[in-house]
Amino acid sequence: MTSVKLYPPKPEKVYLFGTCLIDLFYPQAGLDAIRLLEREGIEVLYPQDQTCCGQPAYTSGYHDEARAVAAAQLDLFSEPWPIVVPSGSCGGMMRIHYPQLFAGTDRETLAGEVAGRIYELTEFLVHVCHLRLEDQGPSERVAMHTSCSARREMGLAETGPALLARMGQVELAEQARAAECCGFGGTFAVRHPEVSAAMVEDKTQAIAATGATRFVTSDCGCLMNIAGRFEQQDKAIKGEHIASYLWRRTS
Amino acid sequence: MSSAHESVQTFTPREFHRQAHDALGNPQIRANFRRAMDGLMAKRRDVFSDWDLETLRELGANIRLRALAKLPDLLERLEANCQANGIQVHWAENGDEACRIIRGICERHEAKAVIKGKSMVSEEMHLNAHLEEAGIEALESDLGEYLVQLNEQTPSHIIMPAIHLNTDEISKILHDRTGTERTRDVDIMTAAARAQLRERFMAADVGISGVNFAVAETGTLCLVENEGNGRMTTAVPPVHIAVTGIEKVVEQLRDVPPLYALLTRSATGQHVTTYFNMISSPRKSGEHDGPQEVHLVLVDSGRSNIYQDDELLDTLRCIRCGACMNHCPVYTRVGGHTYGTTYPGPIGSILMPHMMGLEETKDLPTASSLCGACGEVCPVKIPIPDLLVRLRRESVGEGRGNVPGAGVKRTKTEVAAWKGFQWLATHPAAWRSGMALAGKLQALMPSRLGPWTEYRTAPKPAKVSLHALVKRHQANKADENEETR
Amino acid sequence: MTARDNILKRLRERTDGPLAAPESDFAVVTGRDWSQEERLARFERLITSVHGEVIHTSHDGWTKALAEVLEAKGIRRLALGREHPVAAEARAALAEGDVSLIDADRDVESWRHEQFHDTDAGLTSTRGAIAETGSLWLWPTPDEPRLLSLVPPIHVAVLDADTIEDTFFDVIEAHGWAGGMPTNALLISGPSKTADIEQTLAYGVHGPRELVVLLRHAEERP
Repeated sequence: MTSVKLYPPKPEKVYLFGTCLIDLFYPQAGLDAIRLLEREGIEVLYPQDQTCCGQPAYTSGYHDEARAVAAAQLDLFSEPWPIVVPSGSCGGMMRIHYPQLFAGTDRETLAGEVAGRIYELTEFLVHVCHLRLEDQGPSERVAMHTSCSARREMGLAETGPALLARMGQVELAEQARAAECCGFGGTFAVRHPEVSAAMVEDKTQAIAATGATRFVTSDCGCLMNIAGRFEQQDKAIKGEHIASYLWRRTS
Repeated sequence: MSSAHESVQTFTPREFHRQAHDALGNPQIRANFRRAMDGLMAKRRDVFSDWDLETLRELGANIRLRALAKLPDLLERLEANCQANGIQVHWAENGDEACRIIRGICERHEAKAVIKGKSMVSEEMHLNAHLEEAGIEALESDLGEYLVQLNEQTPSHIIMPAIHLNTDEISKILHDRTGTERTRDVDIMTAAARAQLRERFMAADVGISGVNFAVAETGTLCLVENEGNGRMTTAVPPVHIAVTGIEKVVEQLRDVPPLYALLTRSATGQHVTTYFNMISSPRKSGEHDGPQEVHLVLVDSGRSNIYQDDELLDTLRCIRCGACMNHCPVYTRVGGHTYGTTYPGPIGSILMPHMMGLEETKDLPTASSLCGACGEVCPVKIPIPDLLVRLRRESVGEGRGNVPGAGVKRTKTEVAAWKGFQWLATHPAAWRSGMALAGKLQALMPSRLGPWTEYRTAPKPAKVSLHALVKRHQANKADENEETR
Repeated sequence: MTARDNILKRLRERTDGPLAAPESDFAVVTGRDWSQEERLARFERLITSVHGEVIHTSHDGWTKALAEVLEAKGIRRLALGREHPVAAEARAALAEGDVSLIDADRDVESWRHEQFHDTDAGLTSTRGAIAETGSLWLWPTPDEPRLLSLVPPIHVAVLDADTIEDTFFDVIEAHGWAGGMPTNALLISGPSKTADIEQTLAYGVHGPRELVVLLRHAEERP
């Protein structure tokens, strides 16, 4: 659990670190995050040289490779603006693990400085932008899956639901064992596919049991996992990144 | 392993995948664990509701860290104080040596029957089998351990050894092995076990127990339990042997209440256990019961190796509450036996590699989604996910090389894959081209991607990457600005 | 080199160097500042929540309450000490009745079978109790040996209301436990229990099935 973080006033500019999963599979979520921020009058800087935070290599134990990848990202945020990450998992990597990864190296100070500027998107929208939302969508019940990294590593169990609560027509559906992992876990899903499958099966059942026709999440790994399971079973329940969901219903 | 009757099944960490497959396909196992873990999680949540949990965990971690910081001194002090109290202290480098010491004590007393209180360290060293080879019968007296032993199994949970069995299965075991009437009435089964075991307590030559906390300051062995079998084991037979890992020592008596509070609440959601049994000496002259001899066997078994490393050291803070397994989504799905180790679940996955080597246990550190639930509930704040990652590093040969079997999972293919990932992710132009290419080739993407698509559809690369979308978006905005100017 | 020497040497010559020992702040386990009423209420609530039975009685009339408990529970054979005032008063009060009094202050070897098979209940004094967890604390003595509170199917414990303290930590500190531990010190919180059969609670698995606390108050309660 992270210690209490003091939030700055709303800045003039922010950086967006889009993450590799969004880049490759869900770019619309990245763009919608940018639009949400821009609507708040914030200029969004998107360094074109960004790639991946390095987490897949990090959690697989390949720390030399992870460090090289992370080092390449550290140089991209030279101005002192906050760095917004539309993923609890990549955000956690950069905020919590970058300082560990560079401890004792000549980039230790830089890593610590960058880590201190990392904000997960929903965290930033709630605590820095104090985002107000005018919901124009139809009335809907929706389930929220907060990723384990957002919930436990970054201590952000409440920010996603808090945003949904500001949507007038949206009812947040309570699910059983909401805090339990969906079974993605990066390479875990590949190394232990059967266990991972059992976990995502339970997660989809819990979401389906709420009667919601849609779920949102702030992490594309979980989205890919849960939505992929629903789709494989031809279930009508659709998943969406929370940035897209909020933008779509308020723009 | 749903039926109590199937032939004895042995589990090994080498077969984690096969064992996980079997467990996942066994509805009885799935239901037993899910129900049990849901119950334990709810009870823990309730019992901590009126506590300043974070402050208490902070204190617990702090006490354990202080004990470890002074470990060699405290072990010497524990030894001196135990000896001054009349407790005989023995040291063992590993499980085999500990077994020989215990067997020696038993043989000196011509012991034929040993009664055991719950001790995971004795499981760790396979003490029962060792004693049986010497013709000494070792009978477990904790009800769960007794049932598991009757069923020729090992514990599937460190606190609740028979948690993988349901009432009906247990009834069958008691019926088949002890002639107890077939019943679903837990009171009848418990009373039957009580009657059977009471005779064995009276007849036992030696009692063997574990230790929850060994207090250096006073030379006191603390045992936490609900059943009373621990008290029986340590007070009825003429000889008591306590066996424990060298890390179980704490500095002072006042360190005990916070750890005890954390242990019972984290383990079973109890405010307190029925018994807290503090033993500081054998029967003194003039006293009328209790053992004439008390022995303490301190076992290393890889612990002093863990102790060398600042990061790995945190592993030794553990007070064996089992909360990490109760909250682990993997353990809940596959159960304790799947791990094939004395300690299953998250704590086992960070501890057993040191005891058995990474070659034997290579699938354990990866058997976690790193969801963090274990670290969140750990009463002494062991950063279990970080330690899992550390052992993954050691497995692939990118750690410090100080864990047995380090580098065992390093393969040319995997190294090449991660080097390739590194190259791509450190060459932005190539990365951008790769993303663009993936979008163009979208239609050619295989719809089956190995294990992933057994259970889920394959994600499709977007036609346009975020890099490209942002460029377009920024260009549009520039145009708009141009127009509105 | 012995195992002891090897282990200690490895610990002393630690690769990553000596460790700093942090100070500990014990505030979270003390300083409850409960009133006597709160202490009593909390003690009773917690010990009864784990199946302990509490019977309030006056300090002077407690043996009458004891006789009633023995009667109600059909206890015919009661094991007890001799010297402790609790035992002495009980012996005096029960001398005329038809409950057999079994001497607990003798070597267990001489009466093990009787203790395990022919004793209905054990009577002990207590040194005090802990409100926070609903626990009794006992330091068994030659007069009231440790098995007296464990082997008989019913344990009757006599507790004085004014000896209930707030927390376990408070008890250890206030009574200077660290200055001299007895052979055996015990906290007892309810009767013996298990949940090893599918989390179903069952009492009396190895130790007493019932724990009765005769809670003595200095003055008659209204």
